[in-house]
Amino acid sequence: MRILSALVVGVLFGLGLTISGMINPAKIIAFLDVAGNWDPSLLVVMVSALAVSFVGYRVILAREKPLYEPSFHLPTKTAIDQPLLVGSAIFGAGWGLSGLCPGPAISATMLFAPPVYAFLAAMVAGMLLHDFSGRRT
Amino acid sequence: MVDIESFSPGPAAAGGALIGLAAVLLMALNGRIAGISGIVAGIMAPLKGEGRADFSWRLAFVAGLVVAPLLFALFSGAPVAVSTPHPVWMMALGGIFVGYGTRLGSGCTSGHGVCGVARLSRRSLAATVMFMASAIATVFVVHQLFGF
Repeated sequence: MRILSALVVGVLFGLGLTISGMINPAKIIAFLDVAGNWDPSLLVVMVSALAVSFVGYRVILAREKPLYEPSFHLPTKTAIDQPLLVGSAIFGAGWGLSGLCPGPAISATMLFAPPVYAFLAAMVAGMLLHDFSGRRT
Repeated sequence: MVDIESFSPGPAAAGGALIGLAAVLLMALNGRIAGISGIVAGIMAPLKGEGRADFSWRLAFVAGLVVAPLLFALFSGAPVAVSTPHPVWMMALGGIFVGYGTRLGSGCTSGHGVCGVARLSRRSLAATVMFMASAIATVFVVHQLFGF
């Protein structure tokens, strides 16, 4: 059941990315381009997603456990440390260069846009580079 | 200047609500944070000789992400188009940065930006401010200083 539920939730998430236009790198870059023709759409996406998830999490996390697992798996780290900040700064630079973050890039796999494949291959390489370079998160 | 022609608050709000709903459902059903970079990294974990316990649901989630735009195109009749304004070498360089940075920083737009901020995690809030500022600065440099 937890595999089927993950599939359905993945479809919902992907539909959200598609409908909101966030699957399109041009739309992301237009949001980040505050000195150019600024497209505030991503801000609306974030506010809407946060409104739903903020309220939903309040309700769900007050329960004892999720439906198909014995317990909730929540992050345990609380420190705002150097890897968090440096990693996020590097990620942001990559997001700005490409207009893609992991979700939209994967969702766009079947849309046959060659530059997206260049991004995806490089993203996997970047992840492996991190994981095999001795740092563990 | 705000680009009024491109601004699409209706679809943005609807799509954002779906993303939020997906995050809530993954927590309600499987007890997991909907963080895409973490889910993808988990799929690659067996490469490092680590456990495969969470391999299947992660792969199923990614499969859902991949088929979603096709389902949308099928039912709406409108093809989903993407355009990439920056050159391919910039996409590839960006990919390396996104892959490395999300692993080092333990998350991306979904895990930190949506799930973490919704949980009022200070860590995720700091990460989100950092990657937003870095991305805006990067686009400023690429467009205004290098003229792409």
